[in-house]
Parts: sequence; C-alpha cells; structure tokens
Amino acid sequence: MEHFLLGNLTWDALPHQWFTIGGTSALILGGAVTAFLLTRYKLWGWLWRDWLTSTDPKKIGIMYIVVAAVMFFRGGLDAIMIWLQQAMASGSGGYLDASHFQQIFTAHGDIMVFFVTMGFFFGLMNLIVPLQIGARDLAFPFLNSLGFWLYVAGAILINMFFAVGGQFAAAGWLSLPPLSEAVYSPGAGMDYWIWSLQISGLGSLLGGINFLVTIFKMRAPGMKLFDMPLFTWTSLSSMVLVVSVFPILTVTIFLLWLDRFFGMHFFTTDFGGNPMMYVNLIWMWGHPEVYILVIPAFGIFSEVVSTFSHKRTFGYVSMVMASLGVMVIACLVWLHHFFTMGAGADVNIVFGISTMLIAIPVGVQVFNWIATMWHGRIEFKTPMYWFLGFISTFTFGGMAGVLLADPAADYQLHNTLFLVAHFHTMIVGGALFGIFAGITYWFPKITGFTLDEKWGRRAFWLWLIGFFASFTPLYILGAMGANRRIDHYDAATGYQPFFIMALAGVCIIALGVVAQVIQVYVSIRDRKQNMVGGDPWNGRTLEWATHSPVPFYSFASTPVVRGRDAFWEMKQSGRHNSQTDLVPGGNYEDVELSKNTGMAIYLSAFVFLFGFAMVWHILWLAAIGLIGAIACVIMRSFDEHTEYTVSGSEIMKMELSRKLS
Amino acid sequence: MNETLTATHEARPMNEENGKTIFGFWIYLMTDLIMFAALFATYAVLHDNTFGGPGPEQLFDLNGVLFETLVLLTSSFTCGLAMLAARNGNKNQTMGWFIATFVLGTGFLALEAAEFVRLIASGSGPQASAFLSAFFTLVGTHGLHIMVGLLWMFVSLVQIKRKGLTPFVNSKLSRLALFWHFLDLVWIFIFTIVYLMGIAI
Repeated sequence: MEHFLLGNLTWDALPHQWFTIGGTSALILGGAVTAFLLTRYKLWGWLWRDWLTSTDPKKIGIMYIVVAAVMFFRGGLDAIMIWLQQAMASGSGGYLDASHFQQIFTAHGDIMVFFVTMGFFFGLMNLIVPLQIGARDLAFPFLNSLGFWLYVAGAILINMFFAVGGQFAAAGWLSLPPLSEAVYSPGAGMDYWIWSLQISGLGSLLGGINFLVTIFKMRAPGMKLFDMPLFTWTSLSSMVLVVSVFPILTVTIFLLWLDRFFGMHFFTTDFGGNPMMYVNLIWMWGHPEVYILVIPAFGIFSEVVSTFSHKRTFGYVSMVMASLGVMVIACLVWLHHFFTMGAGADVNIVFGISTMLIAIPVGVQVFNWIATMWHGRIEFKTPMYWFLGFISTFTFGGMAGVLLADPAADYQLHNTLFLVAHFHTMIVGGALFGIFAGITYWFPKITGFTLDEKWGRRAFWLWLIGFFASFTPLYILGAMGANRRIDHYDAATGYQPFFIMALAGVCIIALGVVAQVIQVYVSIRDRKQNMVGGDPWNGRTLEWATHSPVPFYSFASTPVVRGRDAFWEMKQSGRHNSQTDLVPGGNYEDVELSKNTGMAIYLSAFVFLFGFAMVWHILWLAAIGLIGAIACVIMRSFDEHTEYTVSGSEIMKMELSRKLS
Repeated sequence: MNETLTATHEARPMNEENGKTIFGFWIYLMTDLIMFAALFATYAVLHDNTFGGPGPEQLFDLNGVLFETLVLLTSSFTCGLAMLAARNGNKNQTMGWFIATFVLGTGFLALEAAEFVRLIASGSGPQASAFLSAFFTLVGTHGLHIMVGLLWMFVSLVQIKRKGLTPFVNSKLSRLALFWHFLDLVWIFIFTIVYLMGIAI
C-alpha cells in the first residue's frame, strides 16, 4: 500500500546533506521573498495577466532570458565547485566525495546546455526573429507559450532533487550506458535526468517547428528568403537542426527509460543489448546540438559587425551558404566523439575528414566578418568587444577542434581535459559571447534604454582574461594526459599548479559576472539618461523600424520590404517616415493578435506532475498527470476564439499619444 | 515566393491560417518520421541479438499480420472517404466514415494487442532479449500513435456533431487525416522490414 501511494519515495529522500539543505533553502527562500514582494506590491495579478499567461513572443522572450539567467548562476556555481575540488584534490585532498563530484559535473553540463544556452537563444529568437521579418507574432502563439512552460517544467525538475531525493544523475551530461542503467545507477537522480531532458526537449521541438513556419510563412510583403537578416537565417539553420535531431534525443532517452523502468535490453551488457548504440544515437543528436547552440551566435555577430561597421555584410550570400553548410555537415560528423570505439581506420577517417570540412564554411564566415569591418567606420560599442573576443577565442578553439578531428591525435586526447578545453572555447567563446553581444545589442530595443558601456567593457575584459586564464591550463593539462572528470590525482603528476591557475581564472570570470550584474543595475538606475528612440545604433534591419520598447502590436503598419537590409533601404530612400512616424491619415489596418491563455501553464504543470511521478514510480500520480495533460489539449482544441483584433484607429490613437508625449 | 510577394495583408484570413497549420503539421510529421527512423535503426542493429532465444521465424505469424495490415489499410481508405464527404459538406456521411475508421483502427489495435499477449505468454516478452525489446518498442510506438489517433478521432467526432463541418473543424479534420495516412505509411515499413524481411531473411 505504501509503495502504491509513494512509489520509491521514502523519508530519506528529504534533504539531509549540506548541499541539499542549502539548495532547498535557497529555493524556499527565493520563492518566499518573491511571493512576499509580489504580495507587498500587489503584483500577482500583473504577473499573471501581463506575463505568465502571455502569448506575445516579446514577453515570452524576456521570460526565457530571465529563467536562463537564473539557471546560469546555478550552473556557474557548479563550475566553481568543480574547479575548487580539482585545485584542492592533489593526493587525497578535496572537499567533495567522488559521487557528489560526479553529480556536480553532470548537472553543470546539462544545465548549461539545455537550460542556459538553449534558453537564451530561444529568448533572443522570440524577441528578434518576428521583428526582423516584419511579423507581429509567431505562427503558433499557444505552442510558443507551451514550449516555454515545458522548458520551465524541465528546469524545475532538474533542480527538484535538492528538495526530494538528494542526489542527481552521476553519469556525465549524456548519461552513457551501461553506467546509466538501473544496475549501476539505481537512484532517482538518473530518472530526474531522463524526465527533465525529455520534457524540455519536447519544448525545444515545438519551438523549432514554430520558428520554421514563422520564417517560411510570415515574412513581411516583399521580403524574399535572400532578403532576410542573417540572424533570421542562422535561426532558421539552427531550427532545421532542432527539428531534425531532437526526435532522436527523444527516442534515445525513451529507450534508456524502457531499459530502466521495464527491464528491457537496448543498452545493457547482457541479453544482447548494445551500449555503443546509445553512444551513436545520442551523438547523432549531440553533435548537431552544439551547432544548434553556436549557429545563432554567428547570426548575432553578423548583425553586430555590420551595424557597428556601418557597412552591409560582406558576402551576404556566402554567409547564408556557410550557415546552411554548417547545418548540413553538422549531421555527418557524430562519430568523431568516439573514434576510440574501434570502428576501424576507414570509418574513422571518413568522419575525421567530414569534421575538418566544417572549418571551411566557418572560415568563410570569419573572413567575411573581417572583410565587413574592412574600410568600415567601426564604432567600438560593447557588442563589438564581444565580437572581437569571440573571433580570437573561436578561431583558437576551432583549430584545437581540427586537431581533435585527426583520429590518430584523438586517440591521445580522447576524454582528456584538452577536449573539455576545446568545447568550452566553442560554447563559451562562441555561443555565450554571442548571447552577451546579442543581449547588449538588442537591450535598448527591448527596454528602451541602453546598457551601461563602462561596466559592459569591464565585464568583457574580466570575462576574456578569466576565460583564457582558466582554459589555457586545461589544454596543457589535457596534453599532459589529465583525464576529464577526475576528482583527485597523484601529487607526482604535477597537475596542481595548472588546476590552481584554472581556479584563479574562474574567479576572474566570476568577477566578470558581478560586473554584468552591476551593469544591469547601473543601467536601470540611470535609465532616464540612457533613453533612446527606436533606432539607437543606426540599424539596418526591420527590428529597428519600430519603437523601443516595442509596442504590443509590434509595427504600427506592416512594413513593406524592397531588398536586403530593409530598414537601411527605407532610411536611404526616405521611405522610413511612412513606417515609423505618424502620417496624418496614414493607413493603419486592423491587427489580429493572440489572446492570453493560462492553458499552457496548466498543461505544463500536469506534464511536470507526470515527470515527477515517473521519477518516483508513483503510478497513480503519473496517471493523473497524463490524463490532466490530455484533457488540457482536448479543451484547447475546442477553443475557436484565440485571437482578438486591435482596430487601426486605436493603433493610430496610441501612435498619436506617443508622438505628443 | 510569388505568393508572398503579391499577398496583400488585408486578404489574410482563413486560407493563410490554414496554410500555416498544415505546413507546421507537415514539419511535425517529419519529426515523427525521424523518431520512427531512429527506432527502425535500433531494430536493424538489434534484430539479430536474440541472446539464444527465439527469433522472428519462430515468433511471427505472417497470416495474422497480413490481416492486421489489411484492416489498417482499409481504415485509411474509409478515412479518405470521410474526408471526401467532409469536402462535400455531408455531415452524416463524414461521421459515418470516421466511425468506420474508428472501428477498424480499434480492431487493428486489438489484433496487435493479441499478438503482444501471445508473445508475452509464451515467454517472449520485451525483457527476453534485445531483439524483442526493439520489436516491442518499434511496433508498440506505432500502436501508441494509433491510440492517439483514435482519441483524436473521437474528439473530432464530438466536434463535428457539435459544431458541424465549419472551416475550423474541417481544418482539424484535414490534419487528422494526414496523421492517419502517415501511420499507415509507417506500418507498411514495419510490415516489410520487421515481419516480411524477418521471416524471409
């Protein structure tokens, strides 16, 4: 009976270690403070009506970025704990036991990939892609809201082990079997991993479909595919990859769950199971995944370089082709993650060469960015600093990647810290710097005021110096033979000085994060001085053609596009007045927008309940979650009135009052 | 391309909305297809790993599966007739053909369940070997999709009954039909690769 009611849940699951007590207290405290402030200032209604139930991509985008930022602090804390352990762990030193250390690097990887980088990019795409193509919404606003809330459900689930369970998965961020099988990882931590990724992955898939339809079907009149801004193009490439490979992730995790829950034998070492098949499947998703993370950053940098060099992007068509090329080749290289599997020289060399091929389209982009700056009037705003930091780290890490692509070299470097240094150079120096550049660049569009330049530059230098200080030693350590994921090592190896240097580096990065927090604070404090109009950077693409912050109807009248760099062309031809400013008697048409709905929240709550119940094998609760979720979908399918109309005259009135104030 | 160029924004209502959802649904179907592709690949890798237990030749009953296949193909045909009736605006006929489709789909599921029960009872359940894990998962996932399709069809019948064949309902029906034919297509591959090739090779 007790097992029926509670499944595998026991009293031991409640927090009793220092880190679970700490984590749970942080969750409760954070929640209590937020609840207190919301009650104190009577903001619950505002939060619910204006934000949580919104289907407006401009609001969903901001919510994505807020959640991703919170998760960034969470994952960053893990990073510091990892490096602290490794700096102390010469001989038998260190403050963490092996199992706890393993949980930390597992959680760090998953959180940074799924909930930080993916979250930031979905946020930026929500904010910018519809505006760049002159659309007022995504193709499926409800699915957009649902995708966000599934992402939130996954984010809560991955932190849930603090409060209930006390341990997370400890088999690395991809949970490779046989270690992740029930025999070797019997705890609920692995199931938290399974359901957290499964649920948030579903959200990503919905987002991918939504953006593809939006980009293909909802461009402003006159905008051809090859008129699209490069951030939209790279988002398109990234989303094509999402819809191509996330189903594989879903299947792979599903099969692992079947092994664990039903005792099947896909990846077990007995009964004919094949663990290497999991490795193949997960990397068929996993390698394209890293390009899903980095391709949109290429687009952000293309926008930034072109805007701040006051030139159109050099080699626009080759830029598009390069991002499509990366998109295709990304799906053909997965085996380079396990050359040591022993598939033989023939197979290895095919994947080695295909991997090296990726350097060609990426190289084309690097040269194009440099050529865009050439003879431009370059303005050194913070986003340009991030770009220059990116181009140096990314080229550096890219060359390390070409080195790793050589199977013979890879046999030496496989699973060493060299690899860890390589992919951090790409994800931090590529994706994360891109996110920082993008947020700085589009911040005035979102809020109406710019971010503080001085603190932005300080943050940049701390990040760049800290980055090289912490990851250069890892390259050296890797070449010395230090394995990744070691929780202690022999003093005679001589690793410790390098680990201490890496720790010093991460402290500098932490200062960079502090500088970013100060930057946001200072910018909000001084927002009156930093108020800007719709077009603070003399921009070139359509998102700058409307007000900042963007009104809920996005564009007062639908922009008409006559070529690339649409807004620049409008300004040059003097057409832009008819687009942004009020023309007496101008043509303001009625606009259809999507209504708010709490349904996505209810649905995700049921899905969350289902996931949580499955982690603990509480079958009746899982049934409630599943039935509830299905009921929500059915109820939604009956709803015909999901849109409302704003009349052209109302928009004209709002535009007028904006003009007068 | 030309369409978007000339599209004026006033003329956007139902057609364009419908075009968007159909296009989005096609992309969803392609993602589902990739999911099945991964399951097929898994089956292809594991189909010889019987771990000394029985393989396809000993386990599959081709006559039963052929009957199952015919039932599903017929349901695809009746689904097509239902869509034809919906296009002609004939509400009763539409509902009748969808009910026929529903019955056939349920019959297919029952036949599949019977096969599963027979296998499990003879000691060849999904836990018996990697081959059987892959078999049950591939075929079972298809069955799960059929179940979703049946639930959807039931909801659609209620919607036709209550709302009539409005553009709103018709747009949903056209996606349901796509889904149903898609499952039929996947089954053809299961029939060929799992059953026919399993016994012939």
